[in-house]
Amino acid sequence: MEICRRNNQIEISELDPFLAELLRQIPTSAKPDGASAAEQRLFSSPTNGEETEFCTEWKTYVEPELRRLFQTATQTVATDLEQLNGNEKSLANRTLRIPAKHADAWLSALNQARLVIAAKNSFTENELNDHFRSPIGSRRDLSLFQVNFYGFLQEFILRELED
Amino acid sequence: MSCGPRRDGGCLAQIKETKGIAHVSNEKTGSITTAEPTIEKETRSEEELDLPWQVVVHNDPVNLMSYVTMVFQRVFGYPREKAERHMLEVHHKGRSILWSGMRERAELYVQQLHGYLLLATLEKAC
Repeated sequence: MEICRRNNQIEISELDPFLAELLRQIPTSAKPDGASAAEQRLFSSPTNGEETEFCTEWKTYVEPELRRLFQTATQTVATDLEQLNGNEKSLANRTLRIPAKHADAWLSALNQARLVIAAKNSFTENELNDHFRSPIGSRRDLSLFQVNFYGFLQEFILRELED
Repeated sequence: MSCGPRRDGGCLAQIKETKGIAHVSNEKTGSITTAEPTIEKETRSEEELDLPWQVVVHNDPVNLMSYVTMVFQRVFGYPREKAERHMLEVHHKGRSILWSGMRERAELYVQQLHGYLLLATLEKAC
């Protein structure tokens, strides 16, 4: 896999089918799907347990806004990922081009996906810092690889934004 | 602990006293008496008294350090060095006070930080 900035696009080329599939899974992975740990992480409390009235108002007025914000980001990413659709069974490498103006949406969607996967799997800090674990050991190992792969993409996008 | 881009004053209340002395003259007796001084008190509004509130960010093992730094720069307009200092404080101590001041603005900051998926809370300063 190669990743570089080309004009106003971030280009991820030489994507093998496995990594392309992981990318395709970003929008789905960002959904808590009723997992309370993931839901709680995406919509955490705005106070440290006090201010009950404020928390109720927050749930009524702010949470729907946040939900919309997160959803807009994952929809943008899903649209960009349509480039990878078709010939899913082909073993040929693919190229994904992300418009630079979508960088914030990608940062958000990747972060949502990482947080949701980590919450669903209850990854420990030690596990999250283990960047050399093979993804083929178990479903849990694959999820950890997914979190790290998405983190790598986030780092690259952040560096591009700084430049 | 830390100062934000705008600090909304440190005192809880400001009382301004205006003392005036009223002179009353009596033409028949030719005497002049001095009345009690009048004291006018001016207090700040309830909102201004409601200080300070803190915006606290808590550690999260998933969020990338570089991402958290970028968010602090964007939300608070902090220079990179200051944003990194706060990020490291969150990382090592588990939390950092990013800003303190008026409640309404603190709420807005917390909302923005939640939009970036950071663990942020609004807390009343001790």
